[in-house]
Amino acid sequence: MKRLLEIEFIKLWNSRSSRILIISYFALLSLISILTTIDFSFGKIQFRLAEQGIFNFPYIWHINTFIAGVLKIFIAIVIVSMMSNEYSNKTLKQNLIDGLSKKEFVLSKFYMVVVFSLISTIFIATVTLILGLIYSDYKTASIIFTDTEFLLSYFVKLVGFFSLCLFLGMLVRKSAFALGFLFIWYILEWLFFGLLNYVLPDNSEIPGKIFKFLPIQSLSNLIKEPVSRFNAVMTLANQVGEDLTRDYTTHWYEYTIVIIWTLFFLFFTYITLKRRNL
Amino acid sequence: MKTILTINNLTKKYGKLTAVSDLSFTIEKGNVYGILGPNGSGKSTTLGIILNVVNKTSGDFQWFNGTTTHQALKKVGAIIERPNFYPYMTAQENLKLVCKIKEVPESKIEEKLKLVGLWERKNDKFKTFSLGMKQRLAISSALLNDPEILILDEPTNGLDPQGIHQIREIIIQIAETGTTILLASHLLDEVEKVCTHVVVLQKGIRLYSGRVDQMVASYGYFEINAEDQSKLTSLLNNHEAFGNISHTKSGVLNVILTQDINAEDVNKYLFENGVIVNHLVKKKESLEEKFLQLTSQQS
Repeated sequence: MKRLLEIEFIKLWNSRSSRILIISYFALLSLISILTTIDFSFGKIQFRLAEQGIFNFPYIWHINTFIAGVLKIFIAIVIVSMMSNEYSNKTLKQNLIDGLSKKEFVLSKFYMVVVFSLISTIFIATVTLILGLIYSDYKTASIIFTDTEFLLSYFVKLVGFFSLCLFLGMLVRKSAFALGFLFIWYILEWLFFGLLNYVLPDNSEIPGKIFKFLPIQSLSNLIKEPVSRFNAVMTLANQVGEDLTRDYTTHWYEYTIVIIWTLFFLFFTYITLKRRNL
Repeated sequence: MKTILTINNLTKKYGKLTAVSDLSFTIEKGNVYGILGPNGSGKSTTLGIILNVVNKTSGDFQWFNGTTTHQALKKVGAIIERPNFYPYMTAQENLKLVCKIKEVPESKIEEKLKLVGLWERKNDKFKTFSLGMKQRLAISSALLNDPEILILDEPTNGLDPQGIHQIREIIIQIAETGTTILLASHLLDEVEKVCTHVVVLQKGIRLYSGRVDQMVASYGYFEINAEDQSKLTSLLNNHEAFGNISHTKSGVLNVILTQDINAEDVNKYLFENGVIVNHLVKKKESLEEKFLQLTSQQS
């Protein structure tokens, strides 16, 4: 495993474009802290985000992992283009000739994805902890460590998403097409959802139930949108008489769905490579 | 003798097209093998299969008495068609990566880069190299693990005369160290110069397999001419030592020998029967002629 990681690291780190993308990814992650300085002013109303409670523990775990999750597209670009470069430079072929097995090739990419997701998780945990300790109104240990399971959701989400990218990169071979395909996949899931809603009678629960099993939707179910949980929004909603109490926790079956998809992508990445003549 | 590779009834089909058909041969340690065939004869496909990058349709092959292919490949050095490296990495970084894959110490890099004369360029990016340098880097990379067998697919393709010469020198140098070599080429003189054994392929079918010197081993042929060509022809037809007679472009007759006979005896036989020759040369067939002969029988 160490050998496979070293191989992948040499490939990744010596490429200037992926180095720049990775560095900017982490730079952007730390820029979440800039949110603290945002000042809105609507006429006489001063609105400072940091003072509205978004950096309160435990809420901060939720919002930070959610925002950081959006940035993963940067790494998706790196993964997909690394894979397509292996094809266009024919280095994939050369790697196999040099004695890497097809299984090892796929595993080396997957290990990299896991390690990367881990680093990203640790990074976001550190940033969140620091921001929280500076701005949170509540700083007792029990509150600080409430909801840290969002970090687990974040990790599983990244691994799942990057595995999907690996699979698309292997299947499509051209980075631009693979990213386009990812986007189309996303749209198709929503179209499918809309179609089900259209076909089935109103208020049917079936579309929602099926929808959460689709790969991209299951990934976003791991960290549900945090905005409606925000104090200010809640207060506002209460005033207009809307009840926004929702279930924000991630359930075991939601993890299971994503883990199954991850294994599925990993397996089909391998099968695709195995059946291909290079 | 130690067997390095055994191929049994190997077949590869791409849809309707059969690229390799029922191919069998063995590679023994210490010899230099050539796979000879025109473009599209299945050379690269065969190499692709034994190197684990092309999936076979049927048949089988075995490395070193049965180790798995991916383990076996760590004892093999191979270059396929074009040198494939990461363009954004330097020569040394690329070789470092290969060391990791082949599980050999990085200390080998200096030795092998010096062997192909690229040590001074070790910190230059691969994409800045000329084709000849890329090919030499590929050879040094293939040698990193001191392979038991070196597989080269068209190693001089696209190179200029100096490049071709450099690569051949390196190959001969490697062959002298006792490394088994398998060289695929459509260049006959290349195979004739470096190989001891040859497999001739056409349209995926094996036409010949054996020693190079035995392939060209025949009684040779005569180039012969006289004023009275018809009488000459009938005289030759009546003698048991002569086989097929054909006209060359220059009007001279080409007569294949079916047994050993020297020019003196031929001259004497014809003179005694009233034909005076004005052209008489005994020739040995080259590999090229033999190759064309073999491949023309098929097509």
